[in-house]
Amino acid sequence: MSWRAVIAGIGATEFSKSSGRSELQLACEAVVAALADAGLTPADVDGLVTFVKDSNPEIEVARSTGMGELSFFSRIGYGGGAGCGTIQQAMLAVEHGVAAVVVCYRAFNERSGVRFGLGHADQPMSATAERAAYSWLTPYGLNTPAQEVALFARRYMHEYGATSEDFGRVAVVDRRHAATNPKAWFYGRPITLEEHQASRWIAEPLHLLDCCQETDGGQAIVVVAEDRVADLPHIPVRILGAAQGSGADQHLMTSYYRSEITGIPEMGLVGRQLYAQSGLRPDDIDAAIIYDHFTPLVLPQLEELGFCGRGEAAGFIADGNLELDGRLPMNTHGGQLGEAYLHGMNGIAEAVRLVRGTSVNQPASVERVLVTAGTAVPTSGLILGA
Amino acid sequence: MNNMTPATSETSAALDAALVGFVGRTLLPRTRAQDPVNLPMIRHWVEAMGDTNPIHTDEGAALATGRSGLVAPATMAQAWTMRGYAAHRRRIAGDLPADSEEQRLTTLLASVGYTAIVATDSEFEFVRELVVGDHLSVEEVIESISAEKVTALGTGRFLRTVRTYTNQDGEVVARQRWTTLRFRPKVREPELAPRPRPALNEDNAWWFDAAREHRLLVQRCADCGTLRHPPGPCCPHCQSFTWDTVEASGRGTVYSYTVAHHPRHPAFDYPLLIGVIALEEGTRLIANILVDAAGAEPDAVGDYVHVDAPVALEWLDLDDELTLPAFRVVTEEKH
Repeated sequence: MSWRAVIAGIGATEFSKSSGRSELQLACEAVVAALADAGLTPADVDGLVTFVKDSNPEIEVARSTGMGELSFFSRIGYGGGAGCGTIQQAMLAVEHGVAAVVVCYRAFNERSGVRFGLGHADQPMSATAERAAYSWLTPYGLNTPAQEVALFARRYMHEYGATSEDFGRVAVVDRRHAATNPKAWFYGRPITLEEHQASRWIAEPLHLLDCCQETDGGQAIVVVAEDRVADLPHIPVRILGAAQGSGADQHLMTSYYRSEITGIPEMGLVGRQLYAQSGLRPDDIDAAIIYDHFTPLVLPQLEELGFCGRGEAAGFIADGNLELDGRLPMNTHGGQLGEAYLHGMNGIAEAVRLVRGTSVNQPASVERVLVTAGTAVPTSGLILGA
Repeated sequence: MNNMTPATSETSAALDAALVGFVGRTLLPRTRAQDPVNLPMIRHWVEAMGDTNPIHTDEGAALATGRSGLVAPATMAQAWTMRGYAAHRRRIAGDLPADSEEQRLTTLLASVGYTAIVATDSEFEFVRELVVGDHLSVEEVIESISAEKVTALGTGRFLRTVRTYTNQDGEVVARQRWTTLRFRPKVREPELAPRPRPALNEDNAWWFDAAREHRLLVQRCADCGTLRHPPGPCCPHCQSFTWDTVEASGRGTVYSYTVAHHPRHPAFDYPLLIGVIALEEGTRLIANILVDAAGAEPDAVGDYVHVDAPVALEWLDLDDELTLPAFRVVTEEKH
């Protein structure tokens, strides 16, 4: 099955550590670029979707870029878990005819401005349930995403015998792909497993090179109704599956209270929906963009999505399956460790390029690409195809 | 002067030998006071001290006691030979001749980190009264140097000297036993900022209230009896909004843990051990893990904890508002 909505355009700013521009400007640049890529103008847009965490309100982006009336605007919560969910929102709007051209965007100065990696200990006080959830974390110094992921990683190592090297192989793959991507921050700078092992501790068992970079930049993606594809400059990229998932006993980054914490049940839920919608199976997927804010959570994603069995991801990766000539080329743009941390939106753009056949690291034959969004939070996923 | 080489037993023994050689030596050769005993300075002193004895300022009263004239307060003996504050600072900062005994001793003590000095005792013996016009001199001889002592100020040695005050005729007017502590100032731990506060509301404040009373509570559904943590208003199993609590035994195991290194929050010492603790009652909670790692490199604290390690509850009374549970890894010997 395929939806009537397709992805028509992608656009981004450069990825830097200090953009020197406002987040609103980054958003506008990305939106205008994505529309140009789709052969459209802001006047064609009638829908916008972004992240709850984005600082650029839809009305600011619309007014600044000269969009007119908007009939659809929506935001997705839970940090990086929103990524693929924005495309699902746009798709649903287009499917139901409430909008015809929807732009999904995410833009921030996450390196030169507010850095998520520094933690959330000193966020403003309030009595809301959202704020109160941190009461069980920050008084103990559990403050950063890296520390939160480390607790999952340690348990995974304990149960499956995985090692820091197994996590490191994810970083090596990402950085190898980034090294040949001129848009990647780490263009020309691959790493070895030895360098990964020698990098300093951030939160044991996470080394520095297990953690994604922090980025200034913006990325936008244009979703349109299928009946407009005749006018488009690129081949339309079809949305074969689009799903969100929040697991049972879900917490934000800290779902440590489930009977077991080595899996990512919300990603399993996303995967089941993606395969059900598309009628595809894991074997039908040619390449993957796997959310990689921290390497350890790439492993259970591969397992939840059925690319390998429970506890088998370390071997699956070590066998070279994620390389460009492997069974499942992964993060061909370099991922968030190598290209940029754009809350996963740059990964969706890479999936579009893979389907178009225009990735700088284009594997031999790619028809269907699976994309995931942020993990350890309510998340989302996509299967895109030609 | 700021060499902070930590003392080991070896360096301490070498220091003992070197210091023995100083005993009996003259720390300060006979040095003449800048000014003779004079009335204006006496007036300052008695006013500051509240000394109303007329023999210091009223010549007639002094004569009436059978004295030949005004006498200075006996305890001024040291004051007549003191330099001004600025001159004293200059002397400490380097005006001492390099070959002087005082400089040699100072250098030796500083080489093991005894850079600080505080006077701890002064014991006077007065021999003659000081009359206006007397001109004093002082000489200081080292009487003893103690073994290394641990004090509240820091580790150091007590240096006892005898200062002999003489007048212009060479007659002894006073003797003073003067004790100073030469010590290694304690490196003060930087003050930690207050820990991040929990955001309290109707659903969680009771838990932190109990923690201040050193009670680790687990929320329990009053209808179906299911325990839950973190707490919430509604039972996820039976949807009851009625609940009570049970007090946890404090025994459990490490379900997972991390050793946090970077970035550092000013409220915590790093590396920082944080764990997911599985209580024997069946719920889990996040808490700091404590380990008995005395003498270990700070970076090796992770070697003292492992998944499934048994732990026991302790309480961290952090400040007036905040008490949190922590869990100490129970070592094998303690089983």
